Amino acid sequence: MAGDLSIVTEMVIPTGGIPWLTIVLILPLLGVVAVLLAHEALSRAIALTVSILTLLVSLPLWVAFDNAQAGMQFVEKHLWIDSPAIHYSLGVDGISMPLVLLTTFLTPLCILVSWTSVQTRMKEFLISLLVMETATIGVFAALDFVLFYVFWETMLIPMYLLIGVWGGPNRVYAAIKFFLYTLAGSILLLVAILVLFFEGGRTFDILALTHASYAPGLQSLLFWAFFAAFAVKVPMFPFHTWLPDAHVEAPTAGSIILASVLLKMGTYGFLRFSLPMLPDASVAYTPVIMTLSVIAIIYGAFMALAQADLKKLIAYSSVSHMGFVTLGIFALNAQGIEGAILQMINHGITTGALFMCVGIIYERTHSRQITDNGGLANAMPKYATFFVIFALSSVGLPGMNSFVGEFLVLVGTFAWSKLTGTLAALGIILAAAYILYLVQRMIYGPASPQMLPKLTDLNFREFGMLVPLVVLVFWIGLYPKPLLDVMHASVERVIASQSTSVMVQEGGDGRGHTLAMTAEPSGHRLIMKGDVAP
Amino acid sequence: MTLPLADLVLILPELLIVGMACLILVLDPITPAHKKDLLAWMSLGILVVGSVVTVSGFGERVMAFSDLVVVDSYAVFWKMLLYLVSGLTILLSMGYLKEEKIQLAEYYAFVLLALAGMMVMVSGADLLTIYLGIELMSITLYIMAGFKRFELRSIESSAKYFVLGAFSSGILLYGISIIFGVTGSTRLVEIAAVVNGRGIDDPLVFIALMLLIVGFGFKVAAVPFHMWTPDVYEGAPTSVTAFMAVASKAASFAAFLRVLLEAFGGIKPDWNLLILVICIITVALGNLVAIVQTNVKRMLAYSSIAHAGYALIGVVVAGWAGIEGAVSSQGVSSLMLYLAIYSFMTIGAFSMVAILRKGGLEGEEIEDFTGLAKRHKGGAFLMLVFMVSLAGIPPTAGFIGKLYLFMAAVNAGLAWLAIIGLIFAAISAFFYLRIVMVMYMREPSSEQELHTRLVLSPQVSFVLACAVAGVVLLGIFPGPLVSVADLSSLSLK
Repeated sequence: MAGDLSIVTEMVIPTGGIPWLTIVLILPLLGVVAVLLAHEALSRAIALTVSILTLLVSLPLWVAFDNAQAGMQFVEKHLWIDSPAIHYSLGVDGISMPLVLLTTFLTPLCILVSWTSVQTRMKEFLISLLVMETATIGVFAALDFVLFYVFWETMLIPMYLLIGVWGGPNRVYAAIKFFLYTLAGSILLLVAILVLFFEGGRTFDILALTHASYAPGLQSLLFWAFFAAFAVKVPMFPFHTWLPDAHVEAPTAGSIILASVLLKMGTYGFLRFSLPMLPDASVAYTPVIMTLSVIAIIYGAFMALAQADLKKLIAYSSVSHMGFVTLGIFALNAQGIEGAILQMINHGITTGALFMCVGIIYERTHSRQITDNGGLANAMPKYATFFVIFALSSVGLPGMNSFVGEFLVLVGTFAWSKLTGTLAALGIILAAAYILYLVQRMIYGPASPQMLPKLTDLNFREFGMLVPLVVLVFWIGLYPKPLLDVMHASVERVIASQSTSVMVQEGGDGRGHTLAMTAEPSGHRLIMKGDVAP
Repeated sequence: MTLPLADLVLILPELLIVGMACLILVLDPITPAHKKDLLAWMSLGILVVGSVVTVSGFGERVMAFSDLVVVDSYAVFWKMLLYLVSGLTILLSMGYLKEEKIQLAEYYAFVLLALAGMMVMVSGADLLTIYLGIELMSITLYIMAGFKRFELRSIESSAKYFVLGAFSSGILLYGISIIFGVTGSTRLVEIAAVVNGRGIDDPLVFIALMLLIVGFGFKVAAVPFHMWTPDVYEGAPTSVTAFMAVASKAASFAAFLRVLLEAFGGIKPDWNLLILVICIITVALGNLVAIVQTNVKRMLAYSSIAHAGYALIGVVVAGWAGIEGAVSSQGVSSLMLYLAIYSFMTIGAFSMVAILRKGGLEGEEIEDFTGLAKRHKGGAFLMLVFMVSLAGIPPTAGFIGKLYLFMAAVNAGLAWLAIIGLIFAAISAFFYLRIVMVMYMREPSSEQELHTRLVLSPQVSFVLACAVAGVVLLGIFPGPLVSVADLSSLSLK
């Protein structure tokens, strides 16, 4: 197995022999068994307990994480299938660890938010949610490409059921559209994985494959194969059309999981695979991705501006926000990538919170029309406060989480191209427009008379599930350092894989590359961290 | 001429099974109606005995009856699969025949006779031996397809199967006779020796090869020789359909591959392009036509055509020009793995169709599954697992099967074939998920609620448990089966 030696040396295992990641991965599945066996009335409580337990056992990943290490930590590796060697191998670095925590953090909230809104087939609902949790954590933690793909695809079935069984009136259409879009995107991913296996030294080990180098022509093909899968998931313009349908029809918990975790799988894929494995192709096709990202930012914002349906508005705002994430990733510098990762977390928190708010109001009025839900400032003052906080966070108000992320992304983008940066900044202004317009209509606008009696303010459960989100909004907004510290080392390594490739392109240091790719004018790319303090 | 004892010992499992089939036919008239199940249990018993005898031959390669029969690991692998499928078919049939009021004990004798034919096919080292096996299997299946003899559809199925089957057997036999004319032998080894020398220069070899491919193409239901499949599958009793879709397909593939590689392995370029074309149109047509079906059995029939297309990818890889040794046998082993996995999920899916009853009839329309998740959570979930596996989505076995097939294809430099296969796999998700959709996302009408139900017997529950265990366990721990398939594929010379 070529390259195995170098891989072993960069693994850090501060687990004290406890396989934390496996525990985090298995717990929700044990929860599935418990829910299955339990009485219907108890199932909610059991699922909630299990998901909170999962959150607790995932905390050591944060506490014991060594910020100085760029490599994988909490690594576990066992042979799964021997011919060809496919491993059950898990590990997290500074890029994936926050995403694992985001998943374990949001799942209990999803169960809470569905406490009363989901009445039918409670058990199946909870099982779907818990299976989703395992699958998403698996995607972020897998270090074997086949294992990654298994989790990546497994997640489709519970999500399909979540949308299709508990969704809105047009749920069947939305569910199958979601399913087929993402499945079609994954076709080329699987072939790319198999090609990598044979080209990268007959291994599925993601780290070993990252270390191998590939001919530029092959890199281009693989890049677009990856792109097909990841761009659909993000979703990037023009592959976003499944998202509004899925979001609108999905139950609240489904929307939260979809927006907060699922979309991140796409951007995570770019960061984990496209950039480090295919550095030359990533550089070569950066302009395409940047263009699509800017289009997504502006187009998503304009679409959001025009929506009368609450969920659709937030769905299009997701398209816009995820545009920032891909923009930051392909700025290919430390600020851009760190901003992108931070923005992935932020979008998870803020958009998740907004969908939660929509779910809360929908439970009362059974309408997603903005005009039906006006005048909440008087009728539901507590709710209005929360809603405004999350709305402003979505706009990127300084002091709140999104500001830090968007700022870093913009700094990174300006370093890549001033024009792109300017256009992307336009997106922030548009975000202010559609969000404030929404706040104006919903919070301060006239109340619809027939809805007024239904508008009761937050109860204890609802209050309780929004508070942790507010805490995170301000914590990341005011003191993002702990989170950024976690990423630094890993992000630098991604950048390093880029810079070696640039060196190869400029100098040809014998890594076997031929210079078929058009090299970017490289002077503007490498701004190392420290140039701009967050 | 005396029969050497050692040769007879080698085909002991076949002898045992044929013997039991005859015994059942004799016992049938003197067995009281309420004790017919006893005969089914006896046939199951002989399967167990046979499998124990067969599995002891794994790892060796022995020829018998002056090279007419070969027992090697490859044959043992297929025979074990056939025992399993036959056993599950018998268990499934016990309840099903009662429900359909066609409980005749000769049914079990027919299953055993068909099994014996299939075993001869996979062990045949001579074209005529293989042909005999095919005929024993086919003639038995013609009868079984018409087992619901008071139902027009079943008789039509039987007649159609018989006419087309006999026709294709004739084509096969014609091919064999030309081969004999050219090479002076029907032994695979001797054919190989002559054919390797002459190659395509002799147009007769080419013609014979085409005829053989047409004949086998019919048996495995590859496009364009698939026309019989939907009608026969729809009309035949569901337990028989399951048996045909799995066992006869597996046995035909086994013999097909052995003939292609052992007799014509030296002239791969002459046949691999044709197989490639058949493979692609089979995958495409099977999946596309399945989309518009409203009858589950017809849908599964087209799905079985599509899966034959996927399995053909293994044949393509095994026969791809310039591909030798390890890569070639990877094609063989991925095909073996795929058909083993296919068996579990297809048996499972057909069992679900067999136990879904609508009034006194079989519930075989897709609509009959409406809202099943409300009334039979477990049953609906099993069907979900089978459908997801057929669509090739992890963590089920169907994904593992496709993974290995496509890996073999990519290794042979056929990445584009893997892409085509995966595109159609994604398309297939549409119609497999439609069943999931009607089960989980549609409300049943009051009439449906009243009349459709699952009829579970302990035997059927066991069959379903086996099928779902196979689909899930092979999806998560495919290692042992992969190793066995790898090992067995090497014995194919």
